[in-house]
Amino acid sequence: MEARDAIDNPKLRRRSRLRRKAARRALPWIVIIAIFVMWEIVVRAFDIEQFVLPAPTAIFAAGWEWRADMLDNAWQTFMTTAIGFLFAVIFGLVGGVLFGSSTLVYEGLYPALVGFNSIPKVAVIPILVIWFGIGTVPAIVTAFLISFFPILVNVAAGIATVEPELKDVLRALGAKQWQIVQKVGLPRSMPYFFASLKVAITFAFVGSIVAETVAANKGIGNLMLVASSRFEVPLAFAGLLMTSIMGIGMYLVAEFIERRTIGWATRGVDAVGAPRG
Amino acid sequence: MNFVELDRVSLRYGEDGTLALQGATLGVAAGEFVAVVGPSGCGKSTLMRVVTGLWPPTAGTIIVSGRKVAGPLSIVGMAFQNPTLLPWRKTLDNVMLPLEIVKPHCERLRSQRAAYVAKARDLLALVGLKGFEDRFPWELSGGMQQRASLCRALIHDPSLLMLDEPFAALDMFTREELWLALQDVWLARRPTVILVTHDLREAVFLADRVLVMSARPGRIIAERTIALERPRRLDMTYEPYSVAIIHELREYISTARSSNM
Repeated sequence: MEARDAIDNPKLRRRSRLRRKAARRALPWIVIIAIFVMWEIVVRAFDIEQFVLPAPTAIFAAGWEWRADMLDNAWQTFMTTAIGFLFAVIFGLVGGVLFGSSTLVYEGLYPALVGFNSIPKVAVIPILVIWFGIGTVPAIVTAFLISFFPILVNVAAGIATVEPELKDVLRALGAKQWQIVQKVGLPRSMPYFFASLKVAITFAFVGSIVAETVAANKGIGNLMLVASSRFEVPLAFAGLLMTSIMGIGMYLVAEFIERRTIGWATRGVDAVGAPRG
Repeated sequence: MNFVELDRVSLRYGEDGTLALQGATLGVAAGEFVAVVGPSGCGKSTLMRVVTGLWPPTAGTIIVSGRKVAGPLSIVGMAFQNPTLLPWRKTLDNVMLPLEIVKPHCERLRSQRAAYVAKARDLLALVGLKGFEDRFPWELSGGMQQRASLCRALIHDPSLLMLDEPFAALDMFTREELWLALQDVWLARRPTVILVTHDLREAVFLADRVLVMSARPGRIIAERTIALERPRRLDMTYEPYSVAIIHELREYISTARSSNM
């Protein structure tokens, strides 16, 4: 009965759509809260020691107690990651364009690049320390090294897979290679680019935090190292939590820009006037 | 002197790959509408790319507009079976893409934008896309996308229009509508057209002359002039005159296929 009302009455229909939308918005939060509640229950029910697995309440308490240090170190990690990531975006884009538009570059450099990318970046950090000393620079470089490859590969794929017919259309108009890249290749690779950004930003956090644990005296990674060496496990977990929050934040920024710039590629998600169900 | 002149053109893929064209010789007069038909895989699409200079031939010469073709011509409009519109551009901007590349339009586009937009709108109206200028390609049906693709091939007033089975993916009614639209555009502007198709009715309806290609390696084995007055009507393709030609063409193609087996 209600369903039929909803079909007949546009106001009701709109309201039910809004309600669905609100539910969709709330869902991720409900999931997160549920995870924490479960966690808390498990820790309390099995009486797990705090230095093995601290309860969420203990983690929040520790985070709150050390909030000034948390924020200070989080800011350090954030800046480190952001700078490394920015370089990754620039080099990834430029490299992707080169690799995608020139078969010569692709065939010549790709094997070397894959080989380079197979090196575990953690293993490079000691070398970076020798070059740049303990501090921010090795973390920036690690964040960059670990995150630029997926960007490059995706942009190159977007440019290299332009339909041959479309290339023919443009070449028959007298278009040069760079014009094909500019008019078609680059815009076409943007969905690939943004998809890779979401992967790369989380990689960048991994890179900077690993570098901070090994070779820094500041940052969330360093804070976690110090905390666990002092058996302040809740604080170490608070550092993890902080990292997740920053990761989600950066992911959302990437997604926001994506929605603004390439709505044409995600049109299926919220198609205008397409009632479903 | 023909506008397009092919003299014993051959094309082999790679060093010792398949021979796609062998000694193809044909001439197309300026302003003529020529259709090329043949068994599938006979090298029709290869012929298109060779004529436009996208692929250099292995042997033979190609002359377009009095000049020997050495690299990609920059005056050709092309449309394919796949409309290949750019999904991030609205229909109008898709149609105007060639103007951003072809000289001298690309230099004038900024200063005379209004005039070019008006021209693109006129062209879209001519193929029945009035009111869809600001839609994105994915908001258009397949037939409408193909119309827009035709407009894109025509916007820079190309003297040569190359169509590679542009209507093959459409249903018959849409296809017939587009035949009429194409005829209107052709009558209004009179470019030289080479249409590759496997639809004999389409060839007879649209073309002044139909060329039949042999099975691979392709060469021209027959040609037939269609002496129907313009503008043509769809029912003309069912008149005895047209039906006889279609049968004749079909005979050529089936012998071409069997001779190769």
